[in-house]
Amino acid sequence: MAQSKLTPTRMAGRSLTWLGVITLALLGILVGGIIWSSASWAPKLALDLEGGTQMILKPNLEGGEQATPEQLAQAVSIIRQRVDASGVSEAEVNTEGNNVVVSIPGEADEETRKRIEASAKLEFRAVLVAGQPSNTFVGEDGTETPYPSPDPALPNTPTAEPTSPSDLSQITPALEAQFQAFDCNEPVEPGVVQPADEPIIACEADGSVKYILGPVEVEGSKITDATNGMRTTQTGATTGEWAVNLVFNGQGTDQFAEVTSRLNGLESPQNQFAIVLDNQVISAPQTLAVISDGKPEISGNFTQESSKTLADQLKYGALPISFVVQSSDQISATLGSSQLEIGIIAGLIGLALVAVYTLFQYRLLGTVTLASLVVAAVLTYLVIAILSWRNGYRLSLAGVAGLIVAIGFTADSFIVYFERIRDELRDGRGLESAVEAGWKRAKRTIYASKGVNLLAAIVLYVLAVGNVKGFAFTLGVTTVIDVIVVLLFTHPTLQLLARTKFFSSGHPLSGLDPTALGAVYRGRAQFRQPVDVSKTKAAKSSREATKRQTIAERKQAELIAAGGSTSQEKDS
Amino acid sequence: MASLTTFGNDLYTGKRSFNFVGNRRVWFTVAILLVLASILVPVVKGGFNLSFEFTGGSQFTVSPVASADQDLATDAVASVVPDAVSKVSTVGDDSVRIQTNQLTSDETNDVTAALAEAFDVEENAVATSFIGASWGQDVTRQAITGLVIFLALAFITMALYFRTWKMSAAAMLGLLDVLVISLGVYALSGFEVSPAAVIGFLTILGYSLYDTVVVFDKIRENTTEDGDNSPRTFGESVNLAVNQTLVRSINTSVVAALPVASILVIGNFVLGAETLRDISLSLFVGILIATYSTIFVAAPLYALFRQNEPEIRKRDERILEARKRSTESPVVAPAV
Repeated sequence: MAQSKLTPTRMAGRSLTWLGVITLALLGILVGGIIWSSASWAPKLALDLEGGTQMILKPNLEGGEQATPEQLAQAVSIIRQRVDASGVSEAEVNTEGNNVVVSIPGEADEETRKRIEASAKLEFRAVLVAGQPSNTFVGEDGTETPYPSPDPALPNTPTAEPTSPSDLSQITPALEAQFQAFDCNEPVEPGVVQPADEPIIACEADGSVKYILGPVEVEGSKITDATNGMRTTQTGATTGEWAVNLVFNGQGTDQFAEVTSRLNGLESPQNQFAIVLDNQVISAPQTLAVISDGKPEISGNFTQESSKTLADQLKYGALPISFVVQSSDQISATLGSSQLEIGIIAGLIGLALVAVYTLFQYRLLGTVTLASLVVAAVLTYLVIAILSWRNGYRLSLAGVAGLIVAIGFTADSFIVYFERIRDELRDGRGLESAVEAGWKRAKRTIYASKGVNLLAAIVLYVLAVGNVKGFAFTLGVTTVIDVIVVLLFTHPTLQLLARTKFFSSGHPLSGLDPTALGAVYRGRAQFRQPVDVSKTKAAKSSREATKRQTIAERKQAELIAAGGSTSQEKDS
Repeated sequence: MASLTTFGNDLYTGKRSFNFVGNRRVWFTVAILLVLASILVPVVKGGFNLSFEFTGGSQFTVSPVASADQDLATDAVASVVPDAVSKVSTVGDDSVRIQTNQLTSDETNDVTAALAEAFDVEENAVATSFIGASWGQDVTRQAITGLVIFLALAFITMALYFRTWKMSAAAMLGLLDVLVISLGVYALSGFEVSPAAVIGFLTILGYSLYDTVVVFDKIRENTTEDGDNSPRTFGESVNLAVNQTLVRSINTSVVAALPVASILVIGNFVLGAETLRDISLSLFVGILIATYSTIFVAAPLYALFRQNEPEIRKRDERILEARKRSTESPVVAPAV
């Protein structure tokens, strides 16, 4: 091997520098995240380790249809609102395949469950009264006083039969008192079914306005499409103003025409109609014209984002999706933490066993394995902590199992590499060139085998659900880290160690002792000693020789190759 | 280290050699018998012990309890739902697990209260879960879809990397061997097949292919580098490669199995680590079988697949012929 003397060292230095840069960069990201954002040193834990309730919900569409990804996304946001509204903090709502997974720390009470299972309702109601969201008034004494709770004795029947859904006679004294006492900070919870043919009280989604609304006039299911876009003038020029365009179906068109023709002539706020989703008013536009073609346009201070949100709410919120609880799993916090403890203990014991075994097998070379495992562990920790912060990754029990298993997979890269170096030493190379040649061969094997592993992890991650996903994820992450560590740490470290006297002289404790490995070639300048040429060894050297023979020589050699009575010396 | 190192040296030079390829008839017979047994065991035992994630139902875990009296649990469940089929088991020293058929949420609440009263614990010491029968099936179906796609992709990847589909085919058959035997061991042990166990099996398949790729890569190296002038037949080259990587195979399977074994042991004796225990059992069994299968099934299969290719057969015949001649009529070699 004609290697330039400085090249391996310089390359090793460069690799180690890169590793340092990567590690520091990851550490920097994490520390930065902790200081300036919501990251934390400990990765977030999944429910099975932290304790809590996990519900897997299957969306139920009318007619047994499959929910589209858009519908699911909308379902997730609806459920998230409902769970948040119940005062549960840190609840997680995600999709998993075609299901929605709700993870709630602690126990989920019956009400929360019911609320989650109910289907979302989108409806159009005429606005009767709009007012301040507070339930207090400034009294004669100048202090703010809450309105009294409504007296149950107040009459709750209209004095006269209402002539239209906008008729203010629907507001009975009881409703009036209720309205005044209603606090938008405590709105009617989503999922609660309100009567469709009676006036109700509702608040704007952001709690800014409190309304009394008339009975339902158009149901959300009559919407066939909702899109957002720039408003255009009649000539087709864009005005730069965002708007939401609705399309009703036939029945909806008629109903909506009726509403707008009535509201159009009324005073504000009775010329407004409220779009109510899950008992919250998501928009209450004024009627500016009679819309008889079923294609209204809602405009107002929209941004691109807010118009998109409203359009999505109208389009998908209208779907009568309800949810069936497929599984509900409740894990006590103590059980979770004991599982984590066991996992960590098992991992540490496993690591210690691996350490003992590798030190026994590879002597001091084993310390390189251990150091590599430590580097891999540090990188894995950093990556998981960062992913937990940026991508909401949560470490589950299956993930912990993946990490423990990864110890074995990772250590295998070193074993493959070391065995290749030993093979090269057995072939009579000096240590430095054996490291380079062994690496060249080991590299291919490591890439190919890790490629298969990564493939398995990716396929499982993309296709599988639940626990399998968490497992596949850690497996994939550790596989990539493994390759990085072998490339940027283990190999350069060996390149450097090969130059130390301890290793290059083949100290018996180095694990790379050529004598123990049966190599017959020692040192750069020495020739082979013709020691005890066994039958097989002779065959081996003749193989070496056959490669360099002329055809005539080869023919002759073929006859004697297996005879083994001669030793053909050839300097390698 | 001396012993395994010397062993490694001898294997490397060929001084000592295990005839994995030459004795393939024996190994294949053993493999076929193992596979047949693995298929028979679940049939005889009446299928796998499926966990309730697959059968559906409700589960209550009361922990910790002063006395793990199973009758208390049975009575408590019966007091609420008289006709519920309940399966009570003790987990660890201080916890009781009750599995019933699917209960409504009201019933679940009542059973929780009844259990808390019966065992004299707080209600929050009773963990409940409920699984619809389709959940386990959904997970499994998705896992199998993933598996099929993975195998197809792995087949193509390996065929491209090794430049022969025969290596892919041999590896896949080895994989099948691993899967069937692992399942057989699972059925024999009576351990529950839970979603965690399914994860374990999927990992084994990954590991098995991984292990095969490492050994096959050495085979590729040997068979291509030896070229036409090799003194070894194709089968012998393959066999040498397996022998040369044998120490690696042993070391790797030991190193991979050690952490898994530690989970298995700890998870088996300590409460609440069922997920860990289920994964680790399938992994532990799988790692050992995967190593076995690569050496005894996949590599000999590859040699079998290739040996009838005209070129290889011609070369093998030539080598054997030369060898025969040299033993029959020794030639006095000229001194070099």
